[in-house]
Amino acid sequence: MMFLLGKNTHKTLTACLAACLLGAPVAAEEIWVTNEKDDTISVIDVATLEVVRTIPTGDRPRGITFSHDHSVVYICASDSDTVQVMDPDTGEVLFDLPSGEDPEQFVLHPDNRHLYIANEDDAITTVVDVVSRTVVAQIDVGIEPEGMAVSPDGKLAITTSETTNMAHWIDTETRELVANTLVDSRPRHAEFAAGGTQLWVSAEIGGTVSVFDVETKAELAKIDFAVKGVHPDRVQPVGFEFDGEEKTAFVALGPSNHVAVVNAETFEVEQYILVGRRVWHMAFNSDKSLLFTTNGISGDVTVIDVAKREAIKTIKVGRFPWGAALRP
Amino acid sequence: MFLRLATALCLSASAAVADVSVTIHYLRQEVEQPPVLSNLDPIPGDLGLKGAELGLADNATTGRFLGQTWALEVTEVPVGGDLAAAARAALATTDLIVLDAPADAALALADLPEAAGALIFNSAAPDDRLRGADCRANLLHTLPSNAMRTDALAQFLLNRRWDDLAMITGTHPDDAAFAEAVRNSLTKFGMRLKSEKTWAFDADMRRTASQEVPLFTQDLKDHDVLLIADEIHDFGRYIAYNTWTPRPVAGSEGLVPVAWAQVVEQWGAAQLQSRFTDLAARPMRSRDYAAWAAVRAIGEAVTRTGAADTATLRAYLLGPDFELAGFKGRPLSFRDWNGQLRQPIPLVTRRAVVAQAPLEGFLHQVNELDTLGRDAPESDCPAFGK
Repeated sequence: MMFLLGKNTHKTLTACLAACLLGAPVAAEEIWVTNEKDDTISVIDVATLEVVRTIPTGDRPRGITFSHDHSVVYICASDSDTVQVMDPDTGEVLFDLPSGEDPEQFVLHPDNRHLYIANEDDAITTVVDVVSRTVVAQIDVGIEPEGMAVSPDGKLAITTSETTNMAHWIDTETRELVANTLVDSRPRHAEFAAGGTQLWVSAEIGGTVSVFDVETKAELAKIDFAVKGVHPDRVQPVGFEFDGEEKTAFVALGPSNHVAVVNAETFEVEQYILVGRRVWHMAFNSDKSLLFTTNGISGDVTVIDVAKREAIKTIKVGRFPWGAALRP
Repeated sequence: MFLRLATALCLSASAAVADVSVTIHYLRQEVEQPPVLSNLDPIPGDLGLKGAELGLADNATTGRFLGQTWALEVTEVPVGGDLAAAARAALATTDLIVLDAPADAALALADLPEAAGALIFNSAAPDDRLRGADCRANLLHTLPSNAMRTDALAQFLLNRRWDDLAMITGTHPDDAAFAEAVRNSLTKFGMRLKSEKTWAFDADMRRTASQEVPLFTQDLKDHDVLLIADEIHDFGRYIAYNTWTPRPVAGSEGLVPVAWAQVVEQWGAAQLQSRFTDLAARPMRSRDYAAWAAVRAIGEAVTRTGAADTATLRAYLLGPDFELAGFKGRPLSFRDWNGQLRQPIPLVTRRAVVAQAPLEGFLHQVNELDTLGRDAPESDCPAFGK
């Protein structure tokens, strides 16, 4: 015990010294995880792989994202019907943004100013200006909007609706729907890929990830998953992320307790990595050498070594961890 | 016999979508409710109907993006009224019926010549015979059968190794049917009842439950769990904590296998619950869920096939590609040997989901959901060509 204490103290001192010398606040790389049923955020230090802070939030925090300069963090406090804006240094909630009812997931536009928010209970996508703190548009979408994505050039935003089973394509200029694309049952998450030329959408109950060509909105591929020893019904794709060169996708497969490693060029699954129970979402560290997955039921985060494609550590966080975001 | 199917075909950028107009008829045969001891939980007058309305709203929201329009017509036939006439009138406008009626009425409706090409969704009758010897090709079932519910309970009891069992059964035919399903399920999973009694409120029982039940349960053989078959919810609520020996109760009371209950919250269920309470101003029950699932199943089939004729829809619903996201953690689909919607069965108390069947370890060569209810090999349903 003494030894451990001494070691940690030493580390803290070193960190403080370094920070003082640089004249900047302590800026160790961190992964921020929202705990849906604890109303908290667990902050994981990427260097030590330990929870270093637990910060209270509004009710039922789910989506989490940092501003592009990482000066503030946005949190969907679903049951508080608001998006909280927090100072990541102090953990203080600076102000609440109007978000529409039951915000679940959101995406920050490349302009760093507009949040596109899925209002799960209202079948609406709300666009909020974070500077003027006003709702600038509300767009009718399908039932239970959830997955949100924005194209790298900022021209298109995507909402997926879980019960309507569609990806809704929103023109960010006019803030109107330009297309609605059917996908498999219960689409959960969307991401642009291949330099913004593809859109990937996961379907939880369908058990697939659909890949669309952004230009034509035609389906390029549909990725199926098969985890040995797990019934196909329990293989439920949810969140996913791409590695640095967008050559590999990591797809969380929910209650199958695995993350699939998908070749993003051939759309073939190369490997399955065992993680915690009901894996939801994930975030990389800065150099994308480590991947952190939130495991809803087991209440922990699995750390994956990206190069080795192995789980290297499990970190206990709060109850029902949901979203994850990197603070570099 | 045809749905109103507009023929204008428009091609969107993403998918070929036909403008489709679909009308679903919700047909209810009201029944006499037997008197029960407690007035605490009246049966909502719009039970089932609100589920259908929510399903329709869900379909309409999706349909908006696909050129579909959805309508729900409702007929409620009073006790002793002419269901056949109401059914004929409904079938004159649509082939899609969501039915809230007892088993015999469901069969009479399904056998009408006008219903030959219809698709009728049974959302209220749990009778196993409708999925067995009395099945009909035009009758699908979104409410779980009694056997599915009692199989779920039996899996739970076996899983806990609580296999010494006693049962108290009421005198209503629904109680007897549930009790029979319990016996069959226990046999299926290698258990049996050590003792059984019938709760008949006769001249010998004229005191309150707290006085009557200890004596009534005193002569039951030693058991782990006391099962209760009281589907009309008459005496069952007075059994727990009044028994001679301290034992948990399960079946119609205590730990109850259901299609749905307000305590179901995982798998996105919280969203369905809040949509429902916004609409109905009361919690969602099993029959609401069954009616919702019926309307949503039609919606899913219309959306995926782009068609609205019952032959296409039936083939798709019973085929391998159909799956409904039913907020119970697994895709729901129809059994092609008897038209039953396969679905997980939550085992609930008033306050929580205790477990959800199929429980881990109950395996099946095709689909674990088929460990609940009548499976293909033992099916005696002749109407599905299986």
